[in-house]
Amino acid sequence: MSASMSAILEVKGVTKRFGGLVAVNNVSFGVNEREILSVIGPNGAGKSTLFKLIASFLQTSAGEVRFRGDRISDLTPHAVARKGVVRTFQETTIFRGMTVRENVIVAHHLRAEASLLGYFFGTRAARDDNRKFGESADEIIDFLGLGRQRNELASNLPHGHLRALGIAIGLATNPSVLLLDEPFAGMNHDETMKAVEMVRSVRERGLTLLLVEHDMPAVMKISDRIVVLNFGEKIAEGTPAEIQRDARVIEAYLGTEDAMIGM
Amino acid sequence: MSRATQIGLVAAFLLAVLVIVPWTIEATGRWDLYYTLTSVALLSIASAGVWLTFYIGRINIGQGAYALMGGYVSAILVVNYGVSFWLTLPIAGLACAAASVLIGLPILRLRGVYFAMVTLVFTEVARLLALALPITNGAKGISNIPLPGGVSLFGLTLVPDFATLANVKPAFYYLAVILMIVCFAGMYRLVHSRLGQLCRSLQQNEELASSIGVNIAYLRVLAYAVSSFLGGLGGAIFIAISRSVYPSSFAVQDSINFMLNCFLGGLGYVFGPMLGTLVIYFGWDLLFLTGRWQLLIYSTALIALMVWLPNGLLSIRLPGRGGGRS
Repeated sequence: MSASMSAILEVKGVTKRFGGLVAVNNVSFGVNEREILSVIGPNGAGKSTLFKLIASFLQTSAGEVRFRGDRISDLTPHAVARKGVVRTFQETTIFRGMTVRENVIVAHHLRAEASLLGYFFGTRAARDDNRKFGESADEIIDFLGLGRQRNELASNLPHGHLRALGIAIGLATNPSVLLLDEPFAGMNHDETMKAVEMVRSVRERGLTLLLVEHDMPAVMKISDRIVVLNFGEKIAEGTPAEIQRDARVIEAYLGTEDAMIGM
Repeated sequence: MSRATQIGLVAAFLLAVLVIVPWTIEATGRWDLYYTLTSVALLSIASAGVWLTFYIGRINIGQGAYALMGGYVSAILVVNYGVSFWLTLPIAGLACAAASVLIGLPILRLRGVYFAMVTLVFTEVARLLALALPITNGAKGISNIPLPGGVSLFGLTLVPDFATLANVKPAFYYLAVILMIVCFAGMYRLVHSRLGQLCRSLQQNEELASSIGVNIAYLRVLAYAVSSFLGGLGGAIFIAISRSVYPSSFAVQDSINFMLNCFLGGLGYVFGPMLGTLVIYFGWDLLFLTGRWQLLIYSTALIALMVWLPNGLLSIRLPGRGGGRS
């Protein structure tokens, strides 16, 4: 598979140094349109740092990230989101004091047509926005199976639903590329399999997905391609089958049985 | 709460503050209450500003600085340049908002106790500036500020010249209360529009807010500017009533009180600062009867309230819903 042919997101020689520590070292790869690409690697391999660099939550020390050919590396996170590259978070980062529906509605911010002043005065554009956001939020909530929790306070949701809400928030921004940070962490087998289906169905909406994930079976099941990091460097890239055969990957990561089961 | 109940409550409130209170004061001859209630109205406008910074997740203990600045801007314009008091009101507010943008850009990056600590020094800085700058006339301050003049449009008198009034107290009362109503109506609108939702997204998680595309730096500064505008506005009218302004007109204690007003009323409720200001102002005065125990009882009561009513007085009304929503 040619990586550059229709790459929507290009990571080019990205490097991040924290003082003397090189967290990410000269990593390059491309993500194709409507692809599910996973970044894996042992703990401390630099996966999360790479994610933050792509979403511009951190500034690169060298190299750049391009989205549809435009450099997005120096933009602020909200400007990167505006371009269409949106990050969801590890753990349970949501607006805890809002209901599920309010969470998803507020995340429609990038689709707003009315100005802030327009919202204050309740102009026609603002009322249209509010109606559209409500309808779209309901659609997303149903799509991710959160219909019954719609008016539940987000802080009261159980773990699995929180993850779905995180993805719902991401979808509400109408992104081209959605970055999912460990979407299967802390889930048991059944939950993971349901979440895998959920992530697949998200791709069916026309999105490109980039995952950082520990859960090996899930990664092998879901990914079109996989990028493997170790000590901040890319050591392999390929289809799940290729990665499973790759000697360097087996040595770095899959070498011990514990690494596969213990995650 | 249904729409009808809401309209009923608003109508009852307007009737109370605009008709019943003045009528009662005239009937009982307690003219001093005009001054007290005017102060409450003005302080609650400044407190509303502090409340808004709470609403984006920042503890603001520096509102006294903006109240002082608003007061000086209005006083200097009226006394030195003969500008109409009415024109100085928006100018004072805007000057404070402009200053707060410059100050807010760097410091609004700070969160929690760090932001609070920085704002805590503002009031003292403002006092020292007022002492040092030539235009503020040092410790002597500015006194004998003329009363607000009249406003007429096409020969129609909209506002009478305050100097021609037999009793200026009701005039200031109406001015303060009407402005308070307008400010709180604006705040209510802000909080219940999408803007309020965005503010709450900042309060709850700034990282997530920025990842869904909210320009958090801009929104923070905007909210802080509105907050300081209200501080300057309240301060300017206060100075017009006392007809003098000194470096100590608003001190650190006032800044702390603005914050306490919000805590007491309830951070989750738009009208919290209004109720909080009323209770603290009158509570303090009532406790004066206890003599030297005043401060002790006052402090104990505040501590007790924060322990048992962390969501403020207005949370009593809605026991089932929990705090944080309004």
